[in-house]
Amino acid sequence: MPRLVSHPDEVKIISRRFGQGAAEIDRYIELDGYKAAQAAIEKGPEWIIAEMKASGLRGRGGAGFPTGMKWSFVPKQSEKPKYVLVNGDESEPGTCKDHLIFLHDPHAVIEGTLIAGLAIGAKMGFIYLRGEYRYLLKIMEKAVADAYAKGFLGKNIFGSGIDFEVVTQTGAGAYEVGEESALMESLEGKRGVPRIKPPFPAVVGLYGGPTVINNAETIATAPHILLMGGEAYAKVGTERNGGTRLFGISGHVERPGVYELPMGFNLKRAIYEVAGGIPGGKKLKAVVPGGSSTPVLLPEEIDVGLDFDQMAKAGTMLGSGGVVVIDESVCMVEFALRTIKFYQHESCGWCIPCREGTDWLKKSITRLHAGGAVDKDIDNIRYLAENMMGRTFCPLGDAAAMPTIGFVKKFRHEFEEHLNGKGCPYEHQREAVLV
Amino acid sequence: MSTPATTIFSPALAARFDKLVTLYPVRRSALVPMLLYSQDEVGYISDAVVEEIAVRIGITPLDVRNVLSYYSMLRTKPVGKYNVQVCTNISCMLKDGYGILDHCKQRLGIGHKEVTPDGLFSLEEVECIGACCWAPAVQINYDFYDDLTPEKMDKVLEDYRAGRGKETL
Ligand code: FES
Repeated sequence: MPRLVSHPDEVKIISRRFGQGAAEIDRYIELDGYKAAQAAIEKGPEWIIAEMKASGLRGRGGAGFPTGMKWSFVPKQSEKPKYVLVNGDESEPGTCKDHLIFLHDPHAVIEGTLIAGLAIGAKMGFIYLRGEYRYLLKIMEKAVADAYAKGFLGKNIFGSGIDFEVVTQTGAGAYEVGEESALMESLEGKRGVPRIKPPFPAVVGLYGGPTVINNAETIATAPHILLMGGEAYAKVGTERNGGTRLFGISGHVERPGVYELPMGFNLKRAIYEVAGGIPGGKKLKAVVPGGSSTPVLLPEEIDVGLDFDQMAKAGTMLGSGGVVVIDESVCMVEFALRTIKFYQHESCGWCIPCREGTDWLKKSITRLHAGGAVDKDIDNIRYLAENMMGRTFCPLGDAAAMPTIGFVKKFRHEFEEHLNGKGCPYEHQREAVLV
Repeated sequence: MSTPATTIFSPALAARFDKLVTLYPVRRSALVPMLLYSQDEVGYISDAVVEEIAVRIGITPLDVRNVLSYYSMLRTKPVGKYNVQVCTNISCMLKDGYGILDHCKQRLGIGHKEVTPDGLFSLEEVECIGACCWAPAVQINYDFYDDLTPEKMDKVLEDYRAGRGKETL
């Protein structure tokens, strides 16, 4: 069972039921569960969307799009049925926050799905979990069954005359399915390749109907926002970045774990105070701040607030909230290689710049790490990555290129150390990565 | 699109599939879960599995194969009874995930995507499994093992060998 952590600097909103037994529906109800859904039924869609907009909540999957606005884009009248789709395909390396939500607070996901459904006038919601999360799917399935048994889902929910169905779904191993249009393809029983946009899901989505797709954390936050009020939630964070989010701090820190911190919380403090700093008296070398696709930061760049805008200003992204901390013992070329190896493996092959680009990057960095490169290969790696940017169907191409560019830019000297037959100066170089 | 007269699945799984195809606006939405659940029961996606799922959903076997080949968890060959999946992605790599992988290779005497001669274990190096803050992490079939050391890994393997391992399905 994943370890839970705690720190006085945390502001527990979404994680406040973690470790409280809230996977059981009665306990969830005791802890204010399903109150927000009832308020939402009573007060109606306009109120829900107004509160969501006031909350300043931005998508927790990584893109950071304002949730209230996303919900408001769904047309009121639609000939085709509308749907809510919860993205629990958590697969961005460095990210394990939704894992804890499904484990400790599955009803918050269900209640959030229902609230989103009420807001847009959908009658059906899907909760999609990555295939590896089978034990969490079982927890979700039980929670859904319990909610049906109480009359919170199904026909005439809470005696309101409104119907709402929730279906859980398993994936079967594919990072790409975390992309929203690929997720819809997968749920329709197809290969998870992205769709061309526009049309956007809010207009033509799942089964051709208007669809709201949100990350599991975003959805699970909605009930809390309705309970505490959008404005109160917004105040916890920074301007245009409402509330808190779950940050998973992993790698070389004393106390790795998932911490709920206010948006805008200082990254340096998160690493040194909240997660306890770097073990063994080692020096910090680099931080990947928001999952493996976000450009790396140097130690002198981490005195920055963890919100979408401040991170963008720092030349990187808030991403998925997965902060990966790297100490001085790590070869950054090896780290770059492991990163690109992942994207090469996960590229769905649908479009050429990503399929070929990730493959060539992997091959080039592999060769460089082994000592088989010359100086101009470093520029070639950067040139190749830069030419993938913005030229692919979906963000996977950028997700592979952005970190690569960052590693080359900020650790060029380490790339240089490997050149002309020298190979990796770090003794923990391993054959395994070179395969 | 029908319920086949005879089935290769257990009565429980067949009944589950009968229901599954009715849950969605289109039957085909049940395809990915059906493939995974079939694999859980049969051990891999055999030709017979493909044929029956195609009939149940009302698509061609080729359609089924087209989808099957996309998803990394779906396989067309058997693996060990316990498939040991070691994450070596970034957070795990920083916490010696490769050390755990090497340790498993040595203990089990097999490499990546190989099966022990007795069929009990297979080994796989996998991408991030969503346990990064509890790295290094391993999944055996569907069960997670976190914060591993070589010693802890030995204990986990020993438990499975002795038939005491967790088995979430
Ligand atoms: S990197 Fe190993 S579980 Fe995420």
